[in-house]
Amino acid sequence: MTMLEHTDEHVTRLGGLLVQFRKRWNAELAMTCDDAARLCRAECGSHQLSDICEWLIRDLDFAFATLVVEQRPHIGWLLIYFFYKDEKSPWVRVEVELGRSVSVVPSLVSLMHGPSFDWHEREVEDLFGLHFEGHPRLGEFILHEDWPEGINPMREDFDSRKRFEPRAPVPKWDPPTIVTASGAFAMPIGPVFADFAESALFLLESVGEDVIRTIPRFFYKYRGIEKIAEGQEVDRALLLAERFSGIGAFAHGLAFCQAAEAICGATPPPRALALRTAFAELERLRSHAAAITGICNSTALAVATSQAALIEESLLRLSCEVTGHRYLFGAIVPGGVACDLQATDCHHVVQVVTEIGRDLRNLLQMLRYSSSFLDRLEEVGIVTEDEARSYGLVGPIARASGVARDIRKLFPYAVYGSIDFSIPVEQEGDGYARLRVLFAEALQSTTIIGRVLSSLPEGAVRMDHVRFRAGAALAAVEAPLGAAFHWLRLDDDGKVIRYRVTPPSFTNWHGFHLAAEKFAFQDFPIILASFGLSNAECDR
Amino acid sequence: MANWVLKGLRTGVKSSAYPRRLDDAPGISPGRPTSTHLKSAIAADELVARCPTNAIARENNGITIDQGQCVHCFRCRRDIEEQASWQMGYEWATGASEANAALHKLGTMFGRSLHVRFVDAGACGACMSEARQINNPYYNMHRLGFFITPTPRSADILLVAGPVSDAMRLPLRKTYEAIPTPKRVVAIGACAASGGVFGPSFAAFGGAAEIIPVDVVVPGCPPPPLAILHGLLVAVQRKPPSAVVSATRGATTEPA
Repeated sequence: MTMLEHTDEHVTRLGGLLVQFRKRWNAELAMTCDDAARLCRAECGSHQLSDICEWLIRDLDFAFATLVVEQRPHIGWLLIYFFYKDEKSPWVRVEVELGRSVSVVPSLVSLMHGPSFDWHEREVEDLFGLHFEGHPRLGEFILHEDWPEGINPMREDFDSRKRFEPRAPVPKWDPPTIVTASGAFAMPIGPVFADFAESALFLLESVGEDVIRTIPRFFYKYRGIEKIAEGQEVDRALLLAERFSGIGAFAHGLAFCQAAEAICGATPPPRALALRTAFAELERLRSHAAAITGICNSTALAVATSQAALIEESLLRLSCEVTGHRYLFGAIVPGGVACDLQATDCHHVVQVVTEIGRDLRNLLQMLRYSSSFLDRLEEVGIVTEDEARSYGLVGPIARASGVARDIRKLFPYAVYGSIDFSIPVEQEGDGYARLRVLFAEALQSTTIIGRVLSSLPEGAVRMDHVRFRAGAALAAVEAPLGAAFHWLRLDDDGKVIRYRVTPPSFTNWHGFHLAAEKFAFQDFPIILASFGLSNAECDR
Repeated sequence: MANWVLKGLRTGVKSSAYPRRLDDAPGISPGRPTSTHLKSAIAADELVARCPTNAIARENNGITIDQGQCVHCFRCRRDIEEQASWQMGYEWATGASEANAALHKLGTMFGRSLHVRFVDAGACGACMSEARQINNPYYNMHRLGFFITPTPRSADILLVAGPVSDAMRLPLRKTYEAIPTPKRVVAIGACAASGGVFGPSFAAFGGAAEIIPVDVVVPGCPPPPLAILHGLLVAVQRKPPSAVVSATRGATTEPA
């Protein structure tokens, strides 16, 4: 399919969606469509919000992507709900404007696929102080219990550079438990772990062997990057976008730059777009190798762990050789990439990556015949397709549960639109399915890197000058762990007014309890490893 | 299982020769900027202006780098005529304050084997990943007598990464207090050294030294695995530190 046909099809589909909207909502809604951006925009009042979202999800089969809240000085609140569906459908953006005095918004958690709204609403309640009417459990979420009541850090009058007052710690966290059988107990794991693990607390409710309920607690690592970014230049905020999650640095930096470029209408040169694709896949490959190392390690398969760790380290070294940094920090800039690859570099990358593809295939082959390994993964930590859709899960975890959603296909960026690749999908939703998806995607990354670098367009790798201007845009990128949504609003001077990140780990940690419940204690670390999520990314 | 054993044997020894010999395999370190003499004060000012974290200061016609603030953004190196000079290598660990060294005097019993406890105090994941790599076959800290321990009670060294987020200040303090003396604290990464790009702010402190006494600082964003190993070796005086930095951030201000 050529690019042209692709576009024509979108135009008709967009028109179709507009007709459907008009038919259902008559003149109740202000609707606009932007064909170039593949975006349908609907403005509604807060009393219509539930009905429209319900209709989008139930009748049109859309999925909730992210919620962006903006507090606009002297005007009030703007809530933007983003929905997406498949490669033929546009973004649907439902906007609700509220006056300054309004502090109550209807909650959407009781709708179909309501769980996907759950954490977003809790976050907004915590950080902005907007109350979601009908939400069953608001309160302490991002800000833990010793944060002063009534202070909402994302509000415009809050000073991000102001240090908090020294205060006595309140270590008491006492969530309600539901298991009441005799001998029931709740076992805490974390926030400091026995190994090199990120800070989080899991309270496992049990009466013996099996974990009946998992109560996770995150945001121990909340660094408030969205607040800190406000008022910063794009170049400075890019450091935050890269560094809030070091293992997905390039993907998040890319999403941030794409949002900034969309605002000022900049298009990076073709060579830059191709290199962005190559670097993004290099990062995916390394991240998946790390996840595979983690899974092997959790099952105590020592040789396999070492083999996967060797692959991971080779990729880190390769990244450092060609971009100067082991985690690709500083490789992305607005308007292009910061480092060019010479022909010899390309050749070297392709050679190493091809060898790694071979090693990965060998490793997978050996793992598939290790029954003790498979016993720990198969039919353990199951997430069904219904659950994955209901929670709006993204990335390899969703694809292991039969949800074939990938931003690289849905909204192609960089040069993904012109590369032929398929989305690996598995149906079982267990640990082994997730492992197979990781391997399939890693192998696919090696192929994509080879293909992109062997036909790299000539020319510059970055624009001479990117002039930032006022505006707002949402950029979506398929980060190694799944779909990442970055919303950015700039002012006339090119400074950040609002930055909102919805990282894949935020979305997927919410569904983690689905997999961890009903299984034995000894399966817990394996399920944790097979999710392979990042708390730094989730907590921001 | 036999094929795994064969696979392992066939792979052979991959471990680095460090610290017996310096390792210079390509890609093991991103390097870092160092003090540079430039042609003019204007060129130096340009570099100072470019540095987003105030790590660069001008000194006459040259620049000096506060390594604890440097986040490896390469802006003093790329697209500029007069660049900061770049130093490869990884022996970056610096001893912190003299006072701390006296407080936690380590005897020769620490010369051989010791146990490390790791606390993630808001690290971005890259420091964590690099710390995890010192367990991989290339770096293999076990050959140097370092082991990860699941309990602070049997730990000798506390490895901290991250600027110390608000919610982690208590777990970090508690972990530190649970480790029996004598003990050493090794802070890894620019965040743990100075707050990095995050702190100090409403949600994070400006490094681990605001909460607990730090003995060794390993700068870098993130410090490569061999730099972390160097930090551990410095902590037990098996390697000299790269330089002694002054302890600017002293005692904690929080009520116990």
